[in-house]
Amino acid sequence: MKEIRWHGRGGQGGFTASRLLGIAASVHGGKHALAFPSFGPERRGAPVLAFTKIDETKIHDRSEVQESDFVVVMDETLIVPGFEKGIKPGACVLINTQDVSQYAEQLKDFELKGIDATSLAMEVLGRPITNTAMYGALAAASGLVSKEAAIASIHTEMKPKLAQLNEQIVEKAFELMNN
Amino acid sequence: MKNNKVFISGDEAVAQGVRLSRPHVVAAYPITPQTITVERLSEMVEAGEMDAEYMHVESEHSAISATMGASAVGARTFTASSSQGLLYMAEGLHYCSGGRWPVVMMNANRSVALPWSIYGDQRDSLSLLDSGWIQVYVEDAQEALDMIIQAYKIAEHKDVLTPMMVNLDGFILTHTYELVEIPDQEMVDHFLPAFETPNKMSFENPKNLGFSSRPDDNTEFKYQQNEAMFNAIDVIHKTDKDFADMFGRKYHGMVEEYMCEDADVVLVALGSVCGTVRVVIDKMRAEGKKVGLLKIRYMRPFPVEEVKDLAKRVKAIGVIDKDISFGYEGTVYTNVNSAISQIDKYVFKSNFVGGLGGRDITKAEIEDMYNKLYAGLENKSEETVEFFSLNVESND
Repeated sequence: MKEIRWHGRGGQGGFTASRLLGIAASVHGGKHALAFPSFGPERRGAPVLAFTKIDETKIHDRSEVQESDFVVVMDETLIVPGFEKGIKPGACVLINTQDVSQYAEQLKDFELKGIDATSLAMEVLGRPITNTAMYGALAAASGLVSKEAAIASIHTEMKPKLAQLNEQIVEKAFELMNN
Repeated sequence: MKNNKVFISGDEAVAQGVRLSRPHVVAAYPITPQTITVERLSEMVEAGEMDAEYMHVESEHSAISATMGASAVGARTFTASSSQGLLYMAEGLHYCSGGRWPVVMMNANRSVALPWSIYGDQRDSLSLLDSGWIQVYVEDAQEALDMIIQAYKIAEHKDVLTPMMVNLDGFILTHTYELVEIPDQEMVDHFLPAFETPNKMSFENPKNLGFSSRPDDNTEFKYQQNEAMFNAIDVIHKTDKDFADMFGRKYHGMVEEYMCEDADVVLVALGSVCGTVRVVIDKMRAEGKKVGLLKIRYMRPFPVEEVKDLAKRVKAIGVIDKDISFGYEGTVYTNVNSAISQIDKYVFKSNFVGGLGGRDITKAEIEDMYNKLYAGLENKSEETVEFFSLNVESND
């Protein structure tokens, strides 16, 4: 089983991204998935977590995610002391940043990857909504789901006009990560 | 048949199950973590996807009253609640079962105040075992959807005519998204025909319903209610089989055994934690430990025969309770223990109380329970009741 932890702030769409990944893996990928938010009340701007579990077979394990294989950070101000707890050594940590090297010391036990998702979102959407950029970047970096499945999940979940824009974002995120 | 699998939450799965069951009346008051279910239902009624009356009520007490009234005129009804809301319905729950109105309810299992908590445990519904409702507990979103459909078939059966509560763990099931197959409407219509009841309030055939009784006949009403609950056992098994024949998913009726054929040590549990127990069993089995799970699906009627049958075959039984009856032990344990006491054999027994107010139950904790059962068995211990992973000093 692969376990993915999403860091965002309330309103940034982290839980939507966790669900998109679940849809791509299960509905369009033939695997099984669970997606869930950190349970409880949410407030705009407050730090929130979301999780996706992906496996080849039905997922029975309903306990909380304790050791993540992949971590996605949509807002780098969320990388605070203690952030590294609950991440498997060597796991991929994907950060929305212009300079990922600044985290090399604090997150030395992990494979760090960076993408300037905010600029990408501004370019396509005209708004700093980075969830689909980070989702595309994770799909590209991890191989958890194919690009086709990632795009299909966006069309499953979003209305056509929004889906078109977010498809572009996923395409560009794949280009950026593969360069 | 086209693949109709969608990635939805447990709350949404319940709403889909309700839509497919074609109730005439939905009356519910929103409460976390049930809210999404009633929001979806109200949206579906508004959009004309459901031909139902959605009654906006001012409280849970009114919700159960409205569904009872509608059921009395022969309508198929649905309500949903959780925690404090369910307890606010408590008076009506007895009224409804005594009136033999087969209302179906979804309960999102949630802790009970104080301390105030929106998170999950099973203290709400287990405190209402005596309210005369059939109670089933599900393990995932698919089972939640399927059991809503089955619930109408069971509750409305002429030999049962008893309301039914479908329980799913708050957040762990209500707010987790997973792959769920949506059954075909035509097949559901075939499986679940229109509601017919002999207890109908109508001008054509006037009857006295919801009446009072005197001491010389009350016991007989309660006796018949109890008999109806026992009648439900056969109906539950038949419904499970018919459902499997039509939809290809089997839940095994009153209980489901996992790896119990040759098991020495077994955990008994309700709801979503059963899934995590399965994962631990697979790991321990690979290490040569003969461990198993008894998933209790129905708490009322209680699976007495299934528990006795298991107790005859195994050496130690542990019960996980996301519940505590203060001054005694977990309520599931009390019920299981009562069944075990009917057989003449030493079985080491232990009650593990925890997971209260939303606390995670980890794989390590479950493995620890199995190891404690092995240790108790080896020492021929008396039964033990413990709060597991307690962060304050225990008096034991």
